[in-house]
Amino acid sequence: MIGAVLRRLGQTVLVLFGISVLVFLVFFATPGADPTARIAGRNASPETVAAIRHQYGFDRPLPIQYLHLMDRLFITRDLASYVDHGEKVVPEVARAAPVTLSLVGGAAVIWVTVSILIGTIAAAARGSVLDRALMMAGLVGISIPVFWLGEVANLITQSRFHTSWMFSWVPPLGYVPLQDGLWAWASHLIIPWCTLAVLFIGLYGRVLRADLVAASGEDFMRTARAKGLSETRVMLFHGLRTSLITFVSLFGLDFAQLVGGGALLTEVVFGLGGVGRLTYQGLVNLDLPLIMATVMYSAVFVVVANAVVDLFYLLLDPRVRDGR
Amino acid sequence: MTARTRTHGPWAVALRSLSRMPSAIASASVLLLLVILSAGAPFYAAHIAHTDPFESDVAGTITLHGADIPVMQPNNNRLHLGLTPIGPTWVPSADLLGADSQGRDVAARLLYGGRNSLLISSCAALLCIVLAATVGICAGFFGGIVDILLSRMMDIMWAIPVYLFAISLSIVTVSHGLRIGPISIRSDSLLLPICIIALVYVPYAARPIRGRVMSLRQSEFVLAARCLGASRRRILLRDILPNVSTTLIVLAPLVMALALLAESALSFLSIGVQAPAASWGTIIQDGQGLIYTRPWVAIAPGLAIVITVLALNVLGDALRDALDVRETSRRSGA
Repeated sequence: MIGAVLRRLGQTVLVLFGISVLVFLVFFATPGADPTARIAGRNASPETVAAIRHQYGFDRPLPIQYLHLMDRLFITRDLASYVDHGEKVVPEVARAAPVTLSLVGGAAVIWVTVSILIGTIAAAARGSVLDRALMMAGLVGISIPVFWLGEVANLITQSRFHTSWMFSWVPPLGYVPLQDGLWAWASHLIIPWCTLAVLFIGLYGRVLRADLVAASGEDFMRTARAKGLSETRVMLFHGLRTSLITFVSLFGLDFAQLVGGGALLTEVVFGLGGVGRLTYQGLVNLDLPLIMATVMYSAVFVVVANAVVDLFYLLLDPRVRDGR
Repeated sequence: MTARTRTHGPWAVALRSLSRMPSAIASASVLLLLVILSAGAPFYAAHIAHTDPFESDVAGTITLHGADIPVMQPNNNRLHLGLTPIGPTWVPSADLLGADSQGRDVAARLLYGGRNSLLISSCAALLCIVLAATVGICAGFFGGIVDILLSRMMDIMWAIPVYLFAISLSIVTVSHGLRIGPISIRSDSLLLPICIIALVYVPYAARPIRGRVMSLRQSEFVLAARCLGASRRRILLRDILPNVSTTLIVLAPLVMALALLAESALSFLSIGVQAPAASWGTIIQDGQGLIYTRPWVAIAPGLAIVITVLALNVLGDALRDALDVRETSRRSGA
């Protein structure tokens, strides 16, 4: 058991190392993408370019550059942006993180609640018109591009129906920290929460329904029914419990990806200055230190979530535990 | 040699059950219709709308109900400052869905955009499936160190949020194009988004393929073939590949749906299809500035995306039921 955990941790560190190398190579070794040219500007003289190349250390071998970058990112933490007056990137990421956490956390509460409801109802009403309608609605949710949904939501709540009683409470776009009041914080985020949740409600509702339907044929479900338990009880306490395993593992990964910047499009459309938008700004300016910082930050979330999900399996399922 | 009569092959059975599914018929017809409409884009632009949807036409006029109307109309604000493009006229010969901020016919651009969106997503899906099949079959069939290396590589790619990965690759390549040795891709080439989208979804598709190959390798008929002394090559080509093909077919529309969403997101961030060419994503981007005054510019291409992706997902589900493939995961970014 301990060996399995240690091995998993070793793999985690290895994957993190791999990601940092991959991202580094994408931005330093891709032909045609020279960070010097970006920093120097469009009409820089060859001397300026050479000076910048030396100043930023782009003339040194790639492995040295990589080590230097990692050292300044993780150990001295004084890595400065190439643009933006040399602002330190680690505090910048720390400032953006609460915005993304607020957005993704609230959306997660909505999508987990609604998708469990939808999945359970659809599985209970299996084969009926209601089941089909819910699953079709879920499929529609999966098929909507999130940035477009955000635009339409803005159109409805900020312009067309903003004066009606339904959306007159919607404040202008932007983020207000939780310290400024619970309602101020929540009211700015309700529309983004719902927009982000739509995709995952569809995804998780469908997955949960499929798992519940598969579970209903299992022996332990028949035993539960044979014991004379009511159908509701069998469904909620026996079926839902086992079916939630897939659900939880999916959730761990999706949540980590979103917290790590995957909610970029939602943040851009709603003007929220979270990690995703920060990464996007870094990418647009080819601001390598910022990109490295945000990508490593997001990779840590994803990889740790992966490891947690695996450990969760280890603890939960003896077959996996002994198979290693 | 005796003639073999095969009345109910597995493919024939699958096709028969597909043709009995209303959802499969409906989604396939919708997709076919979309392809025909997009293919007819030049005809629509030249003979019905009479415009060039790639030329800025700010000073132009359209003929509506016998009267000439300027495409860009003065604003209704107090000072009459600025111009707003004309809204939907619902007349095909005169800017059916209105004009964008450069006075171009949105309906004609929508059809041209559909060509690019459908072309990119289908090519990306095809390339992605080919790459993922190679990776998945190698990892699943050879096992051992090959499997460990490939699986770790997929883990690393999978740990970066899909959209961030695609955006990173696009930004790096979009300004100067890509030159690797003799291969040179121009920065406005459709090949760039195709390759990038195909690459980022390889882990998504490779995982179920690897799983399928691994379970096939343990199966009794492969054991039987091995006992008969069949070579690895023969087992791979005659026993594994035909059985994996159903997984590939089911994955294809699902990957294409994801590819279409990814393409529209990249184009929306103006790092996918490059101007003056159009895709549904770029038109939504054009409409972003007009969203409160001329919402149809952004709404129409979004609806087109939703309809196409929905049809692809429904088709994927129908295929899965018809071919009886259970293990396909479905994941995407937001």
